[in-house]
Amino acid sequence: MIGFQTLFYKEVLRFWKVAAQTVAAPVLTAMLYLLIFGHVLEEHVQVYPGVKYTAFLVPGLIMMSVLQNSFANSSSSLIQSKITGNLVFVLLPPLSHWELFGAYVGAAVVRGVMVGSGVFLITAWFARLSFVAPWWILVFAALGAALLGTMGLIAGIWADKFDQLAAFQNFLIMPATFLSGVFYSINSLPAFWQGISRFNPFFYMIDGFRYGFFGQSDVAPLFSFTVVACFFAVVAAFAMHLLRSGYKLRH
Amino acid sequence: MAAIQITNVEKRYRALRALDGVSLTIEEGEFFGLLGPNGAGKTTLISILAGLNRADAGRVSVHGHDVVTDYRAARKLLGVVPQELVFDPFFTVRETLRLQSGYFGLKNNDAWIDEVMHHLDLTKKADANMRALSGGMKRRVLVAQALVHKPPVIVLDEPTAGVDVELRQTLWKFIARLNREGHTVVLTTHYLEEAQALCNRIAMLKAGKLVALDSTAALIRRISGSQLALRLAHGSLPDALKPLVAHPDQLLGGNQFTLRVTDVAEVEPILAKLRQAGVVIEDMQLQQADLEDVFIQIMESEK
Repeated sequence: MIGFQTLFYKEVLRFWKVAAQTVAAPVLTAMLYLLIFGHVLEEHVQVYPGVKYTAFLVPGLIMMSVLQNSFANSSSSLIQSKITGNLVFVLLPPLSHWELFGAYVGAAVVRGVMVGSGVFLITAWFARLSFVAPWWILVFAALGAALLGTMGLIAGIWADKFDQLAAFQNFLIMPATFLSGVFYSINSLPAFWQGISRFNPFFYMIDGFRYGFFGQSDVAPLFSFTVVACFFAVVAAFAMHLLRSGYKLRH
Repeated sequence: MAAIQITNVEKRYRALRALDGVSLTIEEGEFFGLLGPNGAGKTTLISILAGLNRADAGRVSVHGHDVVTDYRAARKLLGVVPQELVFDPFFTVRETLRLQSGYFGLKNNDAWIDEVMHHLDLTKKADANMRALSGGMKRRVLVAQALVHKPPVIVLDEPTAGVDVELRQTLWKFIARLNREGHTVVLTTHYLEEAQALCNRIAMLKAGKLVALDSTAALIRRISGSQLALRLAHGSLPDALKPLVAHPDQLLGGNQFTLRVTDVAEVEPILAKLRQAGVVIEDMQLQQADLEDVFIQIMESEK
């Protein structure tokens, strides 16, 4: 247990020591999205009756920040340790696969939720939000962060170079988050793209998270939760398999 | 029980056989040297022992604990100093050592951390960031990291490569003390005089195979007796003496030769042959054979 605690603490300290880059910068980015898209679209778009576009946008932006930063934390920590070689300090001690998994994903959740809270605090100035189902807000934030933290762990184990990791991030994670309904409701899309969106697990995370605020969503929150939880179980089992087999880490 | 038991270990990297059926037992309390040229498989063997690498076949155990199936027990017993000079730039020396203690399940380890830092002359740098340290200081931190959990088996992979005399002495004094206190030490090095001075037993690897395994004294006895080192002022070595040359590359050119002699009585006939050939000797020394000669002889004979 002490081994897990130490690695978790080290992973949190790692990003906290450079918080301007890992926490403040993504909060600022999300605020710029809100100011610009909110300003341009406020008068033209209403997704849900009685909900202003800026207010609609806030939960999506929070969730997008949570997801992207959770992924960035575990993936960048691992690839940096692999490339500089200091991953041996973690591979030599008697840390179990569960401890490695728990510490990397746990720290990713902390960073994701921390950035998400920062975005929430800043954007709350610009929009009137309601909190219809706060438990759903917390559940989707934590589960989404854990899922992306786990995907970051897999990407970090798999990638040998920074550009491979960047490809994973830019060609998979970024499109999946942007096309998941952060800026729109998928009900506004043509039927074909609506169908496609339903295969995107990121859509369910953002839709369920948004339900927690407005009590309105494209699909029922329990259904979203089931999809996200199943997806997490599959991805986590895969990550555990990689850690247990020593794939690329103990080659 | 053996400190380290290595049984028929094989490791292949595509076509390259990095380890080709190595078996080896290291007893508790030994100061054991693992020698061999670059690429012989020393680091691969240590990586398998440390769990950084998996063998394709064979078994390795530490105090009876298999390094794969019972890895937690095995790794608790091992302290490994890696060959590469690696560090985490986010932390200070003390933070680094506290984290490493925590990974091994130890809390409140500061008394021992302070002692290790003292013995490795790191105390003044305790609060310096790892980035700010010189190469030698980083090497000391690597040694300290391997010792935070007082491992009964200490493995040092070329710890003195590119390191100044002062650190070598500090390091060996400390490691020798730990060995006297009962810690098993396994060392790889290219400095054969270090291995000769420190190790009680030595294994030599070549191209993934064990080519020698004996006590240091017995290995040196293999090169019977002494060597006659000659520097010739002019003339060349007579053909009759060429089979005695210890280092074959000396026959390629130059005026220095090391001849193997089993007895002092053999010196006189050699000198007579040189005189007959009209060779003038500029300098001559009778030397005791050392580990380096043994190493060269064994590596040559395995070609």
